[in-house]
Formats: sequence, C-alpha cells, structure tokens
Amino acid sequence: MIAAILVLLVVVGTVVFHFWSPWWWTEIASNWGYVDDTIIVTFWITGVVFIAVLLFVVYCMVRYRHREGQKAEYEPENAKLEWWLTGLTTLGVAGMLTPGLFVWGQFVTVPDDAVEVEVLAQQWTWAYRLPGEDGILGTSDTKIITFENPFGVNPDDPHGQDDVLVESDELHLELDQPVKVLLRSIDVLHNFYVPQFRAKMDMVPGAITYYWLTPTRTGTFDILCFELCGVGHHAMRGLVVVDETGAYESWVDEHPTFAEAMEEARNEMSTEPKLVLKQDDAATGARAVTQ
Amino acid sequence: MAYFIPTAAEDVAPAEVAEVDLYHPHSFVTKYVFSQDAKVIAIQYSFTAIAIGLVALVLSWLMRLQLGFPDTFAFISAEAYYQFITMHGMIMVIYLLTALFLGGFGNYLIPLMVGARDMVFPYVNMLSYWIYLLAVLVLLASMFVPGGPTGAGWTLYPPQAILSGTPGSGAGIILMLVSLALFIVGFTMGGLNYVVTVLQARTRGMSLMRMPLTVWGIFVATILALLAFPALFVGAVMMSLDKILGTSFFMPAIVEFGELSDYDGGSPLLFQHLFWFFGHPEVYIVALPGFGIVSDLLATHARRNIFGYRMMVWAIVIIGGLSFIVWAHHMYVSGMNPYFGFFFATTTLIIAVPTALKVYNWILTLWKGNIHLTIPMLFAIGFIVTFVNGGITGLFLGNAVVDVPLSDTMFVVAHFHMVMGVAPILVIFGAIYHWFPKITGRMFNQTLGQIHFWVTFLGAYAIFLPLHYLGLLGVPRRYYEMSDTLFIPESAVTLNAFVSVVALTVGVAQVIFLFNMIWSAYKGKKADPNPWRATTLEWQTPENPPAHGNFGPELPVVYRWAYDYSVPGAKEDFIPQNVPQEEVPNTEGGLGLPMPAAHQPAE
Repeated sequence: MIAAILVLLVVVGTVVFHFWSPWWWTEIASNWGYVDDTIIVTFWITGVVFIAVLLFVVYCMVRYRHREGQKAEYEPENAKLEWWLTGLTTLGVAGMLTPGLFVWGQFVTVPDDAVEVEVLAQQWTWAYRLPGEDGILGTSDTKIITFENPFGVNPDDPHGQDDVLVESDELHLELDQPVKVLLRSIDVLHNFYVPQFRAKMDMVPGAITYYWLTPTRTGTFDILCFELCGVGHHAMRGLVVVDETGAYESWVDEHPTFAEAMEEARNEMSTEPKLVLKQDDAATGARAVTQ
Repeated sequence: MAYFIPTAAEDVAPAEVAEVDLYHPHSFVTKYVFSQDAKVIAIQYSFTAIAIGLVALVLSWLMRLQLGFPDTFAFISAEAYYQFITMHGMIMVIYLLTALFLGGFGNYLIPLMVGARDMVFPYVNMLSYWIYLLAVLVLLASMFVPGGPTGAGWTLYPPQAILSGTPGSGAGIILMLVSLALFIVGFTMGGLNYVVTVLQARTRGMSLMRMPLTVWGIFVATILALLAFPALFVGAVMMSLDKILGTSFFMPAIVEFGELSDYDGGSPLLFQHLFWFFGHPEVYIVALPGFGIVSDLLATHARRNIFGYRMMVWAIVIIGGLSFIVWAHHMYVSGMNPYFGFFFATTTLIIAVPTALKVYNWILTLWKGNIHLTIPMLFAIGFIVTFVNGGITGLFLGNAVVDVPLSDTMFVVAHFHMVMGVAPILVIFGAIYHWFPKITGRMFNQTLGQIHFWVTFLGAYAIFLPLHYLGLLGVPRRYYEMSDTLFIPESAVTLNAFVSVVALTVGVAQVIFLFNMIWSAYKGKKADPNPWRATTLEWQTPENPPAHGNFGPELPVVYRWAYDYSVPGAKEDFIPQNVPQEEVPNTEGGLGLPMPAAHQPAE
C-alpha cells in the first residue's frame, strides 16, 4: 500500500512540478513559434498517456495486491484490446508527427526574401560576414585563410569585395527581416544557437550549413556554442542584438568591407606599421584586422 | 488462448543428435579463472562490469560537484570536467550496460533458460571475457597516460577528438579507440555464442515461441549488436588512421589556431553516420534485454501470464529491425541534408508504436494479477515509471522540429539518462535480486533491498526530472560552467546544487546494495531452489546453485510456454515448463489437466 502511495506521489509530483516549475523556455524572439506550439501539443498528448499509464499501475498495485485467497486471472492474450491500443497509439503518434513534419517543412524552406549572413566559427570565437551592397557573399575557402584574410574570402571574386567583415562576437540583426544564417567553421564542429530564436544547426568544417529565421522583437540575446568543440566550448559565447532598421544600418556602416580591409593590410605591410595603424584605425574603425 | 497449448509427454520427439560431452575442468585455474563454464564467465563479466561501473559512478559525482558548485573545487579544471563526462558516458553505455546485459545475464541465463548444458562454443566464450577484460584495462590505462583520457564527449566526434584543443587528444584518444576495437572483438566472440546457442542448443520441446522473453530480448539484442558494432569498429579504425598516419577520412582542410593542417577532403559527418548507425541500435541493445527481463519479473511476481506474449515477441523483433533505420534522428541539427529529417522523424515516431504496446502489455500483466511486491517486482515497477517517462520525451526529440531547440540541451541528457540509464539499471538491480538465490543459493536481506530500491528509484527520478526543464530553458549539456548568461536565472543554480546533492546520495546508497549482495552471498539464509515459484527452466535444476552441466544426467524436456501462472484447475499457481500436462497436480488432488481439444493428437 505504501509502495502504491509513493508511486502515486511520483505521478502527482511530476504533474505539479510541470505546472509550477519556474524553469521554462525563454520568451521567443523569432518566427519559430510553431516549434513551441508543437512542443505544447506533444506535452499534452504524452502527458495524458503518462498519467493514464501510471495511474493504472497504481490502481493495479492496490486492487490486485497479494492477499490471502487472491488468484490471478489466466488470460494469455486479448487481440481486440491489443488492436485498440495499437490504433489509439498510432493516432496519438500521428497527432504529434503531422504538425512536426509540417513545421519541419517550413524550417528547411528558406523564403526568397531572406538576406544572407555568414557566421564564422573557430576555437573559441565568433565572427560574421555580411554580403554588402550587392547582396551576395563572395566565395571563400579555408585553405586561403591568412592573418590578413581571416575569413578566407576569395580575393578574385568580385562579389566578395563589398562583403562587410565583423570581427567581433557581437552580431546585429534587423527586426522583421528574414535571415538565412550561413554557418562556417574552419576547425572543428560548432553550433550557433540563440535560445530565444529556437533554431540551431551544427557548423561543419569543409561544408556550409544554414538555417533561417525572422527576428520578431528587439533585444540583446546570448549566443552559445552548442556542439562540443574542445576545452573552451563553454566559453565560446557571443551576443546577438536585434535592431530597428536605422540602428542596424549604422551598425553595419561601422565595419569595413573586405576590399577596405585588404587595402589596409597592404598599407601596413608597405609602410611603418605603427603609424599607419593609428591613422587607419581612426579612419575606418577596422580594429579586427590587426588582432 | 488457443495458441499456448501444452504438449503431452508422448508428443515430444526423441532427440535426433546425441549429447556431446562437456569440457570438464581439472584444476582451480580452469574451473574459476580460465573457465569455460558460461555461469562462471557470467559472474566474471558481471563483476568486471560492475567494478568499472563504480568508476563511472565516481566520475558522475565529480561532474555533479562541478555543475552543482562551480568555482568550488580547484582540482576540477575544464579539461578534467570534459574527461569525466566522456569516460562516464562511454563506460556506462559500453563497458557496463552492454557487457552486463549480454556478457553477464546472457551467459548466465541463455543456457539455463533454453535447457542447454552450456554455450555451444565454450572456449570462444572464455576468450570473449578475457578480451573484454583487456579492453577494460586499456580503457583504464588511458586515464594514466600523458594528457589523460579523451575529453571529446562519448560520441568522439572528429575533428575535435583528435585535435589539440580537446583534452586527451594524444595517447588518450588512441587508447580509447583501441579499447573499443578490443571490446568489439571480444563481444563478437560472445555474441556468436549467444545467437548460435539460442538457435541450436534449445532442449527438446523448447520451440522459439515457448522461450522466455528474457531470452528473446537478449537474443535479438545480440543480433543487433553483431550488425551494429562493426560500424563503430570501422569508425574507430578510420579515426585511428587519421590520428596516427595522417589520413583524412573524417578530416577536411582545417585551420587550427591560425595554422593550416595537412588534412584535406574528409567528412566529419561520415563519422557521425557510422557512429549513430551503431549508436542507435546500441540503445536497443541495452533496452531489449531489459524489456525481456522485466517481462519475466512482472509475470513471475504478479503470478500472471505475460499479457500478449506473441505481440511481445514480435514487438521485440520489429523494434530491433526499425532500430537500424532511425539513426539519423541523432543528427537533425548536424548539418546533414535537412530533407533526411522527414524520413527519420517518421521512422522514429513509428518505433514508438511497438514500444508503447510493450508498455501496455506490461501493465496489463499487472491487471487482474496477484501482485507480490517483492524487491524484484518493485524494481520492475520502477522500470515502468522511468521508462514511460523517458520514452515519451523520446517523442519530443524524435520529432525533428521539436529536436531543433532541445538538441544538445540538458533535456537530452535527462531523456537518455531516464530511458537508457535509470530504467535499464533498475531492471539490472531487479534481475540481480531475482536471480541472486539461484546464483548464490542464498537469500538477500529484504530490508536493505527495500531501502536500496526506494532511495535509488525516488532519488534517480528527482535527479533527472528537473533537468528536462533546465533543457527547455536552454541550458546546454557539456558546459563546464554557465558563468554569466543572460537568460539563466539564479534559481537554476540552486536547482543544480539540489540535483548534485541527490546524485551524491543515490550514489552512496549503492553501498547498501553492494553490502547486501556480498554479505548475503556468505551469510544469507539458505534459499529454496525455486523461491519465487517460477516456471522457467533455470529454477528447475537438480542442484542449487546449478552445477557444471546445469541439468544433471537428463536434459529437461519442455511441454509448455514460460508463462503458465495461475492456470485454472491447477493446484499450484505455476506450472514449470518441464511438467507435462498429464502430470500437473490439479485442484481435485489428483494429477493431470484436461488436454485442450485443439490439441488431441491426430488418430
């Protein structure tokens, strides 16, 4: 009897904890509310099954506990009951899978008006590249990465010249503008995740992966690396700031294009480095090239 | 009901093949050390697995100390933390759970339950254990090499596993891969034994559809392992080549801390596919023996036939088959082709149907039963609670789009600990208590068993339930510390401290179990040969514990399925499998139950 009561307490405790827990997801800041909705649907369907199954166990523990003269009923199978249960379970599973696949379809379909942003990961920092005025990112290659060209942008690609380089762990995004986040890593696996956006994807060296989202509220959010990437994994952090259009554009203007950065690097090599560095820093704000 | 017809004594055909004499040991060394007796090998496997499991338990304390009380323990560096989690995970999944279920329970129970004198290849069986022990020793050795053991996470994903930014990326990872390869070699030797013994060495009358579900679970799990482990084996070999010879199977062009490496053209995702092609069936390699054993515990201690036996067998087979086409649900956010998500989400959720059916049949076995809340029964019920909890969170993570926010959070950690950590370990405990009187001939202490159960069950539940909610919040797994993170409230830190305290308590409570087992093995009350009044053959041996050769001069003959509990008309509430219908004591004081009409031998 005590055992049955304790198991009952586990069931009740789980339900109470679920509704009273102060730990719940962050307020969403992207278009992926459908993901949250699918989780809620899943919670309800599985929650009902969880409660029903375990209350039945508690019932059996009480009702069919061993007493003097108690005898079990011999009943090897009950095909009708088993088919009913199979049918109901299949329905429940379909109830979760259908919205799941529907939303997954949206997740893997990038809208045409999405702008591209490249996130570049390496142990254990973030950097970003924006496509610039032509709206197209230049091609890139890990093998041509140098101190002067840390993104490995192809210097012969005209689309790359106006790419905006952000060598900082802070990324700004424009409110209500769909973004295709292109993910690159130059060393090991990483994962670019902002909990408020709900969307994540691994970054795989040798490949470019992506996902898309639309930021739906302004604010500053944590970026966390979400794929174990070595001993500094937990310290690989960044911030994403969702701005109104005006603030976003002035943030973009603070950063040099690829052409400007290369120009500066050439100047540095041909003249006295220290003097030039000071002037150029003031003129372009290109601090990162010299890091 | 018509499908579980007992057989009359004269219906069992005589044996077609004469018995082959067993190898008989001549000395202490051949009897207890280099033993070819499956029962001794089972004990060796179990002791080794539990010993290395205790190492994993201590590692879990160390990681919980760091998570619960960051900045408190100077000796837990980030390197050490990642090494702790890696070794903990690998030991638990491979060296404890796989070895204990298949090498331990498989060796002990298969020959006894199918009515065989031993495994069919006893010498290979012996080698299997010694190679397993070697694998464990190599694994332990990796903790003492320069740089320490690998800290790449138990999934060992390249490129980081073999690059300098990861702890133990020198000798540590090489020894890890060598140890895994050895384990697989050793396992294959044992695994072939289990499969061939089930197929070839069953006693007369023991048709496949009369086998206890324990044997079915171990049998199908072994087949899965034989098919899945080779994928890990080649992965380990290829990664070793990448590390030692500088090949590029898994290594693309990489700039490591500003330095372009010599690697080029490999695919990190290839390793993930190999790993999870092994890794997902591995979940069921651990789960299926648990499913089987828990079915037998429930039936025996509820004095009722397992409900829907045929459905249970087919569910095991179907789950085993499906487990080979769901592996990429571990990779929804790995960067593989996103369209794979549709396929793998569908197959993954389909696997929930046979799994749910098994749960229904377990609880329907309790229904209308005569439930004895013995220690094994309590553990079986504990298994149902944690398995249902962990199973339904699998429906979250298996559904591709729900996995996107939850992947790599504490939700995943909570899910797999509940479903393939706590649940199988509760079955293991239940099984050890259940078969302890058979193995040792003595009974364990009931009170200590009760304390052990309640602390372990309630404690483990209290550890892992709240972790789901930290995962929902967005707390990542594999983080040495959270430091300042905007979205994580102070209360999450308190919760982590609470979880750590409970984890330490549950860990220490295992001392009760160890004490109970060791003390009772020597000082426990002498056990009845069949204390649970069970039907299966291992309880019908002439000696207790069973002697070399298991069954005395004559092998048992099987006349019925394994679940004749509470049969109407029978005097006792169980009929052993080796009792023919005409010799069953009936309620009228005589012998024999009426033969079902469908079974009258043809004229």
